[in-house]
Amino acid sequence: MGKRVSGAAVALMSPVAFAQNQVNMSPGVTEIGADIFELHMLIMWICVVIGVAVFAVMFYSIYAHRKSKGHQASQFHESTKVEVAWTVVPFLILIAMAVPATSTLLEVYDNDEAELDILITGYQWKWRYEYLDESGEPVAFFSNLATSQEEIYNTERKGDNYLLEVDEPLVIPTNTKVRFLITANDVIHSWWVPEIAVKRDAIPGFINEAWTRVTEEGIYRGQCTELCGAYHGFMPVEVHAVSRPEFDAWMAAKRGAAVAETQLAMQTLTVDDLMDRGKAVYDSACLACHGAAGQGGIGNAIAGSAVVMGDLGNHMAVVSKGVSGTAMQAFGGQLNDVEMAAVLTYQRNAFGNNTGDVVQPGDIAGMNNG
Amino acid sequence: MGDHHHGPAQGISRWLFTTNHKDIGTMYLWFSFAMFLLGGFFAMVIRAELFQPGMQLVEPLFFNQMTTLHGLVMVFGAIMPSFVGLANWLIPMMIGAPDMALPRMNNWSFWILPPAFLMLASTLFMEGGAPAFGWTFYAPLSTTYAAPSVTFFIFAIHILGVSSIMGSINIIATVMNMRAPGMTYMKMPLFVWTWLITAFLLVAVMPVLAGAVTMMLMDIHFGTSFFSAAGGGDPVLFQHIFWFFGHPEVYIIILPAFGVVSQIIPAFSRKPLFGYASMVYATASIAFLSFIVWAHHMYTVGMPVAGELFFMYATMLIAVPTGVKVFNWISTMWRGALSFETPMLFCIGFLILFTLGGFTGLMLSIAPADFQYHDTYFVVAHFHYVMVAGAVFSMTAAVYYWLPKWCGRMYNEAMGKTHFWISFIGFNITFFPQHFVGLAGMPRRIPDYALQFADFNMMSSIGAFIYGASQLLFLYNVIATIVAGKPVSDEKVWDGAEGLEWTVPTPAPYHTFEEPPLVPKPAGTI
Repeated sequence: MGKRVSGAAVALMSPVAFAQNQVNMSPGVTEIGADIFELHMLIMWICVVIGVAVFAVMFYSIYAHRKSKGHQASQFHESTKVEVAWTVVPFLILIAMAVPATSTLLEVYDNDEAELDILITGYQWKWRYEYLDESGEPVAFFSNLATSQEEIYNTERKGDNYLLEVDEPLVIPTNTKVRFLITANDVIHSWWVPEIAVKRDAIPGFINEAWTRVTEEGIYRGQCTELCGAYHGFMPVEVHAVSRPEFDAWMAAKRGAAVAETQLAMQTLTVDDLMDRGKAVYDSACLACHGAAGQGGIGNAIAGSAVVMGDLGNHMAVVSKGVSGTAMQAFGGQLNDVEMAAVLTYQRNAFGNNTGDVVQPGDIAGMNNG
Repeated sequence: MGDHHHGPAQGISRWLFTTNHKDIGTMYLWFSFAMFLLGGFFAMVIRAELFQPGMQLVEPLFFNQMTTLHGLVMVFGAIMPSFVGLANWLIPMMIGAPDMALPRMNNWSFWILPPAFLMLASTLFMEGGAPAFGWTFYAPLSTTYAAPSVTFFIFAIHILGVSSIMGSINIIATVMNMRAPGMTYMKMPLFVWTWLITAFLLVAVMPVLAGAVTMMLMDIHFGTSFFSAAGGGDPVLFQHIFWFFGHPEVYIIILPAFGVVSQIIPAFSRKPLFGYASMVYATASIAFLSFIVWAHHMYTVGMPVAGELFFMYATMLIAVPTGVKVFNWISTMWRGALSFETPMLFCIGFLILFTLGGFTGLMLSIAPADFQYHDTYFVVAHFHYVMVAGAVFSMTAAVYYWLPKWCGRMYNEAMGKTHFWISFIGFNITFFPQHFVGLAGMPRRIPDYALQFADFNMMSSIGAFIYGASQLLFLYNVIATIVAGKPVSDEKVWDGAEGLEWTVPTPAPYHTFEEPPLVPKPAGTI
């Protein structure tokens, strides 16, 4: 509890307040997190006690048995009794540690009877969340780093949640058993939020399970914890735990937005609308590799690119299916028709490409079918 | 000097074609020190970038290349070859043998190392850059998603493996066949015992590593899918294979260090090693356990709960034989006549800091707690306490301890002690705060971090620069000793030193024990 309050207090103050350095694990806001914290503290204190005892003997010897003080060396070199004792006693201490460790582990693995299932998919370098619910329109979205390149490259002041903020957080209800089904699309990632005590590897081709029941409303932040390529350090997790009614309202709004997006895909959009949407998609999906001005980086330049300014079908194929053997991902499964049309339009007209081509959502559906 | 006491060849051919265990040992030691400086330079780049939040000096991809190469160079280039060098110099002299059993293979096992590391380092200049997937190179980041240089990395790993296997076979053959009459197994110095067990570990697990990188090669170039779920393979399989190699590997690194400490602490306590037999059994137990604990590196991959429990219990058990060792060392000091020359200081530093690393290791073995520790800086702190303060401190102690025997000159004691204190303080400033940021939630292998980790990271970086600089003092002290150190002619050098290597003249002549020596008394007894 104390930790949460101080965390909130820190968030309100200027970055100078961050000088208040956290030195220990957080007990977090779940029962399991508290259990793990207690286990951690128990083992640590046992180690401290053993360490103090052992080092006390050593330092006493260093102090008292010095040659410079004229101490004469004894020549004893074995004692079956003490050797048996310091084999058996540590073994008994280990058994004492294993008991609470086992019971906590069994709790962590109790994935049954979840009230809400969320599929988490790791991508280079973002997370996708999908709420698995048979009733109603499916809700799924990507969650990208929201910290600007200017902050990262030190031309702008860093915000309080530097590198730990996303454009669209995961929202979960409190006091609800939420089960996470965790997988990945490309390489192995690991989804971790310290305060809700969940860390599970996201492995392509496999689905791992984990669960949580958050007891306090709040914003909890974490990061990818398995090296997943160049921008491993730039794919945070942000979880908003809200009350059940607030969650239901949020869910209804997301469903409404999903319906609107589906309808949008059937319409013809204006060029300005496509360009605006395209820029938003570009900034979240393309910019990290292809640069803010399309100048390239890890990926090729977009500005003046033969692919972008050439055949539309080929351009879309590259964006949609990726280029195997390179870092260029297949975005077909990540972008809906509106987003795909918008980003293609944007790439073909921004950065001085000026092809004048306009791609509509209907074109995308057509090309996918054809 | 008799006719049969011919000296070394002249010029470069002495080093290229030598089959002399002392020459080869010297080359291993210098090579590993060069790699230690190279790997240390990579670490300085890492710590410089992490000095402050934000990206300042390098790009994220290059940062990953640095962490990867730092780990690979330190493990395979610095620590492992340094102990092989020590084994080359000391094992024949400790067991009363004239040389290693297989001297030509000995030459070969050293000389394939420099080309392998040249190849590994050259990947930095290749298109797409050096390997950037961490020293644990988890698939598919190291296969489907790797830069083309990964093929050179695989070839380099193969060569290093061949070198290690040849070196180990040589050590096993030497210890089994070349002991002087009367040098029974239970009279061997503990350093020889720990190396014998280490050599068996190496022969057992290096082929497993070779298998892992060969499967990667097949996945990358020949269309197989060992580690790709899309083709029916399994990325987690890679981790099982890697850690089946990787866990014994950490004992390969630390067991010879245990051996060194077990030689030096008795010498400066002027008292025989306490519990010689239990030390041997504890070493063998640790080696056995090292084969059945590998998945404690993988608690978060989603193993069945029965698997988690098995690996947790087995891992916790390692604390028992390791504890026995620490208790034995302290009992060796107890009621001795202690003096604190540089080798002893490094051994006491080892004892304190390795034990701290052992405690965090015990904490990490607790599977549910590991869900919070895994892949954070807490782990980084833990393994640097055992690898640096464990292996590197003991290796440093070994150099100070045996250097006068090797070159017949005494190092500068004041400079040695200064080196110890700067190292000890610098090391702790670097790695102690990493426990804190790890527990507070900072993942490892990130080039940039959230603001609440800033203070401790800056502290860590300052400590790293201090620790790094102290190694230059070490280099200077060693060179100054070899060139102009005060000559020593006493065979024993240290009044408390025991063992056959202290019965030959100082400096040790090019050939020793052409006639088998009389083995005076069992090690560990009076």
